[in-house]
Formats: sequence, structure tokens, C-alpha cells
Amino acid sequence: MKRRFHPSVVTANDLFEGHPVWRTADGRWSATIREAEVLRDPETAEARLAAAASDAARVVGPYLAEVATAPEGPAPLHFREVFRVRGPAHASDRLDHLPGE
Amino acid sequence: MYAYSDFDESFVRNRVRQFRDQVERRIDGRLSEDEFKPLRLMNGLYLQLHAYMLRVAIPYGTLDARQMRQLATISERWDRGYGHFTTRQNIQFNWPKLRDVPDMLDALADVGMHAIQTSGNCVRNVTSDHFAGAAADEIADPRPYAELLRQWSSDHPEFQYLPRKFKIAITGATADRAVTRAHDIGLRVVARDGAVGFEVSVGGGLGRTPMIGRVIRDFLPEADLVPYVEAVLGVYNQLGRRDNKYKARIKIAVHEMGLDTIRDLVEARFAETRSEFPGAEAALAEIRAAFRAPDFRAGGTAIPSGSPAFRAWTDTNLAPHRREDHAIVTVSLKTPGQQPGDASADQMRAIADLAETYGYDEIRISHRQNVILPHVRKDDLPAVFEALAAAGLAAANAGLISDIIACPGMDYCALATARSIPVAQEIAVLFETLDLAHEVGPLRLNVSGCINACGHHHVADIGILGLERAGVETYQITLGGDPTERIAIGERTGPGFAADEIVGAVERIVTAYLELRDSADETFAEAYRRLGLAPFQKALYSEESRENAA
Amino acid sequence: MSDRVLITDAGFGPVDPAERYLDFADLEAAPGALRVDLGPETDPATLTPHLAQIQTIRIAFPAVSDGRGFTLARTLRRMGFAGRLRAAGQLIPEQYPMARACGFDEVEIDAARAQRQPEADWRAAAGRQGYLARLRRPAA
Repeated sequence: MKRRFHPSVVTANDLFEGHPVWRTADGRWSATIREAEVLRDPETAEARLAAAASDAARVVGPYLAEVATAPEGPAPLHFREVFRVRGPAHASDRLDHLPGE
Repeated sequence: MYAYSDFDESFVRNRVRQFRDQVERRIDGRLSEDEFKPLRLMNGLYLQLHAYMLRVAIPYGTLDARQMRQLATISERWDRGYGHFTTRQNIQFNWPKLRDVPDMLDALADVGMHAIQTSGNCVRNVTSDHFAGAAADEIADPRPYAELLRQWSSDHPEFQYLPRKFKIAITGATADRAVTRAHDIGLRVVARDGAVGFEVSVGGGLGRTPMIGRVIRDFLPEADLVPYVEAVLGVYNQLGRRDNKYKARIKIAVHEMGLDTIRDLVEARFAETRSEFPGAEAALAEIRAAFRAPDFRAGGTAIPSGSPAFRAWTDTNLAPHRREDHAIVTVSLKTPGQQPGDASADQMRAIADLAETYGYDEIRISHRQNVILPHVRKDDLPAVFEALAAAGLAAANAGLISDIIACPGMDYCALATARSIPVAQEIAVLFETLDLAHEVGPLRLNVSGCINACGHHHVADIGILGLERAGVETYQITLGGDPTERIAIGERTGPGFAADEIVGAVERIVTAYLELRDSADETFAEAYRRLGLAPFQKALYSEESRENAA
Repeated sequence: MSDRVLITDAGFGPVDPAERYLDFADLEAAPGALRVDLGPETDPATLTPHLAQIQTIRIAFPAVSDGRGFTLARTLRRMGFAGRLRAAGQLIPEQYPMARACGFDEVEIDAARAQRQPEADWRAAAGRQGYLARLRRPAA
């Protein structure tokens, strides 16, 4: 049984700093999920993921993560992705982490 | 304690140079990520949810004040001013940057430390009794053997690309404080006819298929340690499964092929490896000389009197030393509300100062994620307590329900399926608020954030395992696990609990224990052995008990 | 086969295109073979009757992470195999000194890897020696 495709973004970790990054429509890697390109069909998603895989000089381990879409941009769905966006509970870690917010 | 020889020094410096070069080759593309990953893992570098993580080896959990201070310095210079001590007696830094890691490794080498083989499919840091060299019940100090195995396994050309990781633990005491039977190889020092040797078990492990190690040799003479372990690894490297990483540990090979088959293969190989290490005996003698006991200063054999807070602390945080005028001090990294096992740079320095002033410059890390001062004169205990209190390190809860083992869980770990730190924090704070921890008495509560069981939940009185079920965090409970020489894997109580139910569930178990125990002297473990799972299941799942708790 | 590179202590060299290796599975049918290909899963005991006449054994490394070949090589040396041992396939420069320490004489890689991981990387890795040499030193 094939699962229905859900809007997704390409995400990975930055090679140098290790933090989560999201792929934008113009092929950049942003530290903010809201800037990510939302992929709405499986073919485009696979193509973007393949493009990301050839970006090994900048990122590690790209994969597709499902998102909720809203006018202000995509937001993580799965709780693991929520934690990746939010950072750990440790107070000092959390404050330091949130990039660009 | 063991100090690096010139050979150790040049070996470790070489590894740092090598890793610096590997990082550059990864960045310029000469190494692919697939090729770089095993290399960085063998040097302790993970890529986690939010950042890289560097796991530094604390061989057999032993370090000195200078090394502890350097960990503090590293945490401030390249990380966020704290470190996390682990169930494998190591320390992890959660925020290093890739290009800084070689510098961090150089800074470690400055004090005779490294991160070699703290990860990857190789022989990992050998763990040991955290009371080694100090415990009253010790037959022989296990650390010289652990150091010998560290040297043997470091960069071993045959065993860097095993089917899966390989963990060795060793204890030299009658009580097993190193959970040896939950390791790929467990070594227990035994004396037979005046000769020292080992009882060897294989195939123990926690994780998704918990198994208790089985005795493959009831007496291995000391001189045969290295060739025998070499034979076990050779058999494993050849026969361990490589088709499924969840079935790749030696415990599965022992389970599928049978202990007798494995034993025959090991003995056949051992017949050949036995003569291959003529230098091991001399190496062990050199190492042993470096583990001489300190020149103990004599003192009083009674614990000095003090405030109620001091007495509460001495009640829980001391263990018997082999000298009557000394005690083993557990420095709790479990102050209720804190992240279990974390220490700030200032706290690391405070511990280093105490080790220097009162502890013969010796520090240990326990697999329960606490710091140990193994040799403290009883006369000095009040001063040690005062200094710990000033550093926020005087929680009087070693061995109590708030002394919780917790893995980093989904707050940090890429493998986690649920959070473990907040669960541990809430439970510790609850029992602190209720002021119940001392009344409950000795109770091991361990939390793992995924099936890999870094939080040792299987061998806890109360084990909590965080999983994902249908897109939300769910926590399963096991009861009756035991990490000691009576080792037992806990039994699952039944269906799991949601994140907002798990703390209440633990409270119901503890309340039931307090009602069911036959006296205040009967520990949770003893009550559980007497009563079994049923009354606790009833307390957990019956409508009535849920309503009472609500 | 000439696109493959042979690495020895002397550095990079070509693989002799005339060399032919017999698959281990066919050894029973052609017992006189001088050069044999082994998979990493091979039970070395099955080679016992043939070891004396084989000149070169080439052991496959199907993935960088697969270290079975190292143990296989050491076992063959323990069995007394005195011919040439070659590690072939997915190996990285870091594994060259490991291969040598386990009894291999040489490593064979493909041209693409040789280009990505040039001779200098293999030379830099060669000759590293760990603790094992000390533990194996003769008793004083």
C-alpha cells in the first residue's frame, strides 16, 4: 500500500557546524525552516533530494521531512522535527540555538 | 594513576594529526561522507540532532584533577561550558564544530586523554568498577587489566571494522558494580588456588534484545587475557552478522549458534593466539606499577558529627573504603531538576580542587553518571561536604530514586525516539517535593529515550523506555531489573504511558511499594522479588488506583 | 583490468592485465590454480588442501566498513600460507597499514578511487604502527 504523499521539505545537517538546515527554492541551505521550499509532489521531492545529495561539501545526511504549510512558511509536523527546530530543553542551549529568531 | 608513556603520547598525537587530515579530506571531497563517518566515529565524533557531539574517553572512569580541569577548559573554549557524563564513564560535549575538533583533541592529548574508539564498530572504551582501587570488597584492582586491554584494542588492525560495536567491562570486586554481564565480554576477577584469573562471560548486552552474558570460561589465567580476548574478537569478526545491524552484536551469534559452538571456535583460535603476545606480561607489569595506591594519610575511623544536612549526605553518598579511616565519596550529578550527569565547568573545577586537596588527586566517573572521590579521609568529610555544597554538588541522593540514569534522549540524540531528560527531571523533582526519596530508600530508576537502552532501563528497579507510538511519545515501564551480580532484566508491566502520564505512573508504583513492603528495611528490589509483578501492575493499571492518584 | 591500481610499500603501480584469478567456488574443479579470489565470508579451513600450491590469494573487501578480510588474512597466515595476499575493493588509505599488519602484501583499488585518494594519501597512512607491535614484541 502506497502512502499518500504529504508536503515535505529537504533537511540535513550543516557539515561544518552540525546544525539543522533546510533547502530553499533557490538551492541554498537555510537555518530557518520557514525559508524552506515546500515540495508538493513525490517527483519534485525526489529530484530535490537527489540535488541535495550532491551537495555533500556543505551538508550531511539530507532527507525529506513532512511539514504543515501556512502563509508564514512551513512548520515541522513530527515531534522529532519539532525538537530539531526548537533545540533542546536545556535553557542555555535553547536560547543560544534558535538561529535568526 | 596511569600516566602516559612516550609511546602513548606519540600514538595519541599521531591520531590527532591523522584526524586533522581526515577532516580536511572530507571537506575537499577526497573522503566521502560514507568513508569519513567511520573515521570520525572512531575518534568519538557523532552528528546529532542539533550539532556534532564529541565523546571523550575516560578510560575505566579514572582521571585526575589536571584532566578534569582541562575538560572544564575545553567545555568553555569550544563548547557551552558544561559536559555530560555517560553510562560508559565517558564525557560528551554537545556543541563542537567540525573544524574545532582536532584542536579539542590536541587539548585532550595535552593531559593524556583522547576520544579514540568511543564510537564506531570497534572495541570501545573498557569500563570498570568506579570504586576500583578503593573498595573494601576488592580482590584485585581491575584497572591495570583494563589499561592493558585499552592498549591492545587501540587501533588494533584487525578489529577496527567489526560487524558492530564491542564493549568490555571488568570488575575486581565481589560485588559487580560494572554491570559486567551486560557487556559483549564481561570479566570478573577471581582467585583460584592462590592464582588470579578471570571468569569470562560473552554475549551480554542491553539494547533491543537484552541478554545476560553467559560464562564461556570459568577461569582464565591472568597471563592469557589478551590472547583469549583476541580469539573471541577474531571469531566474532568472522562470524558476526553483517546483514542486519540489529542482529550484529556477538550476543546474537551466541544465541543463534549456541554457546558451545562459540566456545569451541574461541578455544581453537586461542590455541593459536596464545603464544602471539610475549610482550603482554611486561606491559602489564609496567602498567601495574603505575596504579600504585596513594600514600594514605592516617586519620580517625569515625565519621565526624555535623549538621543534619551533612548526616543525610553521609548516610547516602559514602561507600566503604578498604581502609577504615577513609571513605569513598559519591558526588551526585543528580540534584533534582538538573540534567542527569551534567556538570558545569565551574563544578568540574570544584571537583578537581577537592580531589587535589583531599582525594590524593584521584577522580572516578561512575556508570550511574556521578563523580566519585575514591579516597577521602573520614576526618576531611565535613570540609569536602561544605565545598560540594558551595558548588551545588551536595545532593544527598546517591542510590535513591532521584539518582536517575538518563540518556540524552531526544533533546540531543539523533537516534532517540522520545525525550528522557525531562522525564527524569520531573520524577526527581516530584520526590524531592514530596520529601519521600529517603523514606523510599535504595531504588534504581533508569530512563532510556530509545530501544538502544543507553539509559540501562532494563537493569533498573524501575526502568522507563521512551518510544514513539503513532506519532507521539510513549513510555513503557519495566520492573525488577538488577545490574549487580544478581543481574536480571526487568519485566514489562504492560501498555505504555503518555508523556503527561509517566510521572504519575511512577508515583503509583512507589506508593504501592511503600504500602506493600514488610518493613522500612525491605528495599524495593527485595519487595519485588518477594511479590512479583502482579501487585505493581494492579497499582499501575486498575481504575481505582488511577482515580486515587488523580 | 589495467584501470586498476596496485598499492604496495613502494607506492602506486599498475595491476598486471594478464593476471587471471579463479573464483574460490571453482577451485575443486581446477585444483592446480595459482591465483584465487576469495569472498570475505570464506571459511579458511576449506582452503587447507590447496594452500601449498596457491601463489596469490585476493580477498574481496565489498565495503569500507567490512573488516572480515582482515581476520581472514590473519587466519591464512596462521595456517602457514606463505604466498602473496592481496586486499581488493573498497579500502581507504587508513586501512593500508591495517591490511599490512594483518598479513596482506598489497592493496588493489579501482581507478576512480585512486584518482580521488591519490598516492600521497596512501603514503601518509602507510607505516603507522599501534600498540599491537609492542604487545607482540618478544619477551625481554
